[in-house]
Parts: sequence; C-alpha cells; structure tokens
Amino acid sequence: MKLFAKYRILLPVVSLAVLLAATFYMQPRAMSYFGINLLFNLAVPIALATVAQMMIIMVNDIDLSLGAFVSLVACVTATFLNDSPMLGVLILLALVLCYAALGAVIHALDLPAIVVTLGMSFVWGGLALFILPSPGGASPGWLRTLMTVKPPYIPMAVCASVIIAVVTHLLVIRSGIGTVLRGVGGNARSVQRAGWPVVRLKALAYGLAGLFGVFAGMALVGLTTSADANIALRYTLLSIAGVILGGGEFTGGKVSPVGAVIGALTLTLAASFLSFLRLSPDWQIGAQGAILILVLTARLLFTRRDAQA
Amino acid sequence: MKLIQKPWLWSWVAAAAAFALTVALTEGRGAGELAYAALSFGAFAAIVGLGQMLVITLGPGNVDLSIPATMTLSGTLALKAMGSDPGTAWMGLGVAILVGLGTGLANFALIYLLRLPPIIATLAASLLYQSLAIWSNRGLRIKPPAGLADFATGRTMGIPNVALVGLGLSLLIWVLLERSVWGRWLLASGQNLRAARLAGVPVEAVRAATYVAVTVFAAIAGYLLASFSGGAALNMGAEYLLMSIAVVVIGGTSIAGGMSNVPGVWGASLFMFLVVSMLNSYGAGAGVRMVLTGLIIIGIVIAASTRRVAR
Repeated sequence: MKLFAKYRILLPVVSLAVLLAATFYMQPRAMSYFGINLLFNLAVPIALATVAQMMIIMVNDIDLSLGAFVSLVACVTATFLNDSPMLGVLILLALVLCYAALGAVIHALDLPAIVVTLGMSFVWGGLALFILPSPGGASPGWLRTLMTVKPPYIPMAVCASVIIAVVTHLLVIRSGIGTVLRGVGGNARSVQRAGWPVVRLKALAYGLAGLFGVFAGMALVGLTTSADANIALRYTLLSIAGVILGGGEFTGGKVSPVGAVIGALTLTLAASFLSFLRLSPDWQIGAQGAILILVLTARLLFTRRDAQA
Repeated sequence: MKLIQKPWLWSWVAAAAAFALTVALTEGRGAGELAYAALSFGAFAAIVGLGQMLVITLGPGNVDLSIPATMTLSGTLALKAMGSDPGTAWMGLGVAILVGLGTGLANFALIYLLRLPPIIATLAASLLYQSLAIWSNRGLRIKPPAGLADFATGRTMGIPNVALVGLGLSLLIWVLLERSVWGRWLLASGQNLRAARLAGVPVEAVRAATYVAVTVFAAIAGYLLASFSGGAALNMGAEYLLMSIAVVVIGGTSIAGGMSNVPGVWGASLFMFLVVSMLNSYGAGAGVRMVLTGLIIIGIVIAASTRRVAR
C-alpha cells in the first residue's frame, strides 16, 4: 500500500470513483450526459471556492470568511456586473485587491488569520446585505450562457472541473512561483532567508484566493440566475472540508489542487448519492459528515500501514 | 501586574464605551433596560465562549466548530423529553448535559482515534448532530415547561437568571483554571504540548476533558436558549459559531494557546451585544451594522497585537 502514500492524489480519486459507481448502481439513468451534468452542476462554484480556500491553507492560514465573500461576489455579479459591467468589474477587482491587502496585513502585523477572516466575514456579509437586502438581481446573459453551455460528449460541469484542476495544478505545483508559495507554508523563515519578500508572497496567495473566490461567486450566479446575501455561507466549511478531503493538510504547505477539485466533486456527489439512497432528507447533511469521516478514516488506515511497513 | 496590562481590560472598556454611547443618545433613559438585555443575551454568548476559550487554550489548531449543532441538538432533545410537562426541568437539564457529554466524547474520539485535525473532526461531527436534530425535531415547536420558561426569562434581585447561571459557570471555570491541578495542566498543554507530556501531564486526558467541557457548556446554553425563546429552532445555534470564537479573542485570550481569560469573555460578550444595540439606536441598517461589527473585531485584534509587541 505504499502506492497511496506515494501518490497522495490516489485516495481522493478512489473515493470519488467508488461514490460515482455507487450512484450509477443506484440510479443507472444518471449515467448519461444530462444526468452527469445534473449531478455535478453545482460542483463548479464549490470547486472554485475550494481552490480559493486551498490558496490560504497553502500558506498555513485558514479563511473563515470565504462563504460570505462568495456571497458578496454573487450579489455584486447579480447587480452591478449585470447593470453596468464596467463598474461591476472594477468592484470585483477591488475585492481581489482587498484580499491581497488582507494577506499582507495579516503577515506584517503577525495577526491570527482565523480571527481576521472571522471579522471580515461580518464585513463581507454586511456589504452583501447592503447591496442586496432581499434576494434578487439577475445573472448577466453571457455568464448564464457560459455556465449552461453544452459542449459535445462531455458535460460542462466535468469540462470546467478538469480545466480548473489543470490550471491550478500548473499554477501551484508546476510553476516556480507556486513552489515558493508552498514553501511559505512549509517554512516561511527559510523562504525569507532565501531572499523572498514573504509579505508580497502572502499577499499573492490571498490575492489568488480572492480571484478564485470571485470566480466562484460568478459561477454560482451563472447557475442560479439570482443572488442573495446568504447564498454561499455554507461554502466556508464545504471548502475547508474539500481541501482536506483532497489530500491537503492544514500546515506545511502540503496541498493538492487536483485533489481539492476532486474533494469538492465528492462532497457535491455525496449529497446527490444520498437522495438516490432514498434516505430521508433529514439525514442528508449528516451523511455528508459521515462520508467525510469515512474518507479520512481510509486515509488514516493507509498512512498508518505505511508507517509500519 | 498593573491594571492597564490586564488583557481583559480592553473588552470591558469597549463594552462600557458602547453602553455609554447608546445611553448618551437617549439621554440616560432606558439605561437599566439596556443593561438588563445585555446581561441576558450576553450570558448565552459568554457560556459558549467559556467553552470555546478552554479549547482555544489547548493551542493552535484547536477549535470546536460543533457548538451550534450541539446547542440545537440539546435544546431540541431536552424540550422533547420534557414535553411541556411541569416539574421536568431538571430532567431536561439532565438530557441536555447527556447530549453535551455524548457529542464531546464523539468529537474527541474522532480527534484521538482517527487523528483528525480538530477543525475537521468537529465540523464533520456537527453535520451528524445537525441531522440528528432535524430528524428528532421535524419542525415541531414544543414549548418549554412554564416554570422553566419563567426561570429562563425571569430575574433574581434585578439580575437575569440566565446571567446568574452564566456567572456561576464562569466562577467554576475560573476556580478550575486558577486553583486546580487540571487548570495548570490545561495551560501547560496549551503552552507546549510536548513539554507538558514529558513533564508527566496526562495531556490526552486533559484534551478529552476540554473537548467534553466545551460541548457540555454548549448543551447547557442550548437548553437555556430554547427555554428562553419559548422553543427550540433548528437554526438557533447558527450565530454562535462565529460569536464563540469572537468573544474569546476580543476577551484577550491568546489564540496561540496557553492563556485563558474568564473576565474578558464576559466583557466581550456584553460588548458584542452592546455594539449592535448602539449601531441600532444610531439608526444603522443591518448591512452597515455587520460591516462595523467586523471592522471593530479586526480593530481590537490589531490593537491587541500591537500591545503585545510593545510589551
């Protein structure tokens, strides 16, 4: 079983495959273009949010404001970006810069990220409520088209997930700057000694998180066609769970972008799978928790066996 | 240590300032009512905050995200067990405490046996508790027994009963932390887990006790809150997730662990209520209120960190 320890990515892939097989077994009709699209449709924004969370976890921090931030972006997208695109784009850019600045401040003043992002979650939530006091707004037409496009053979949700995984893999694992960023999570002091400006690197990691958060909010509006201030609050916890499910760790810069996307897909599929099980809706949330625990237990079994070998 | 250096001072100063600003607007009218309301609502935040404080004291990475689900579950099950019958209040409290013990042990089992990071373990477990609460609640709204409801909303010598319960629990925690071996063990484990283990502190037992304590506190808070608000609701714990962490940090407890602060949790709990009523009475809308609350939290954290550097 050295295989699993060597290739961190295997376990998330296997969990997703098992869950997918079980879903198809329960409901063979899901094994179609339309079925798969339906199963994974909502996974796209969750995958983007998970990648955003991963950027923060990569530098040893944790973001408790991500759900509120994605909600805010959704509100901006459904109002400003739809009514006056120029202003909308400017606001979204400003939000990304805010995130980068946040990263710099957290590092420069040595603040606990968990608390600062906690405070920011109120700020984002408040701004969202300010923009859209009651549910509403409308998705820009091009965004709607983009999210409901029907490519031949492979459903949009799968295409998008693959693209997100490949792009972030190239960015975080393959590129030079990605390696340095992971180094910040591994040992910030050595990176500093090696002559890198850690403040700027942290700002970059947070900025990337903000960028993917913006994408997540836009994708969400493209799917739901409207927004409200609480639309994505559960993304905070979902994204953390997705990163860990995908083989990431809270410390040491050990993250896997492909794993994070797969983790997000697994969490989304878990919800659909349970409805096929004809499980009472009461237990849907709980079963997501159970699946999370099961996968992590599996991971523990494999890593422990390797330690003994 | 001089008064000015006490880490809990700032949360009390902030609470007093928010109180003064609110009362200034009404020229002194309603000061008593405001203080009363702050004590009532602050008590719930303080009770869950005390539990969260103990967990955060265990050091970085330790935080309990199952507080809202535990509150909902204990409130739901306790009210269901009591079924509005008179004379069942103690039995209901027993049920609530059992729920707290159960969820705490389950959380710690996940953390210890599966070696899960506490954040993920309590998060995953809380999803299960939430489902359990939904399943047993089924949208029913059972009223608490009349006597219990009267107690939860009533007052003794002008002080809300829930605040008295909260004060009693705070005193208990304070004595445990300052005067008992267990408290010393907890602080030692939070400061350096490895050193504490080598020094013979039973660190796993300390961690287990802490993770059980936090859910028992959350369960008691859930029981009281359900009785206070005339029934358990499925989302009744939701706001206490962020609140429990916020009051601990604003109260001056170090997020790095190894340092607890009981009075600060109270100051911060009162402050969190008072700042909202202050913004309310100045006519701020819901959005502005949240933004300012968030900025104030961050401001306090920054102020606390510069104080740390200066020292």
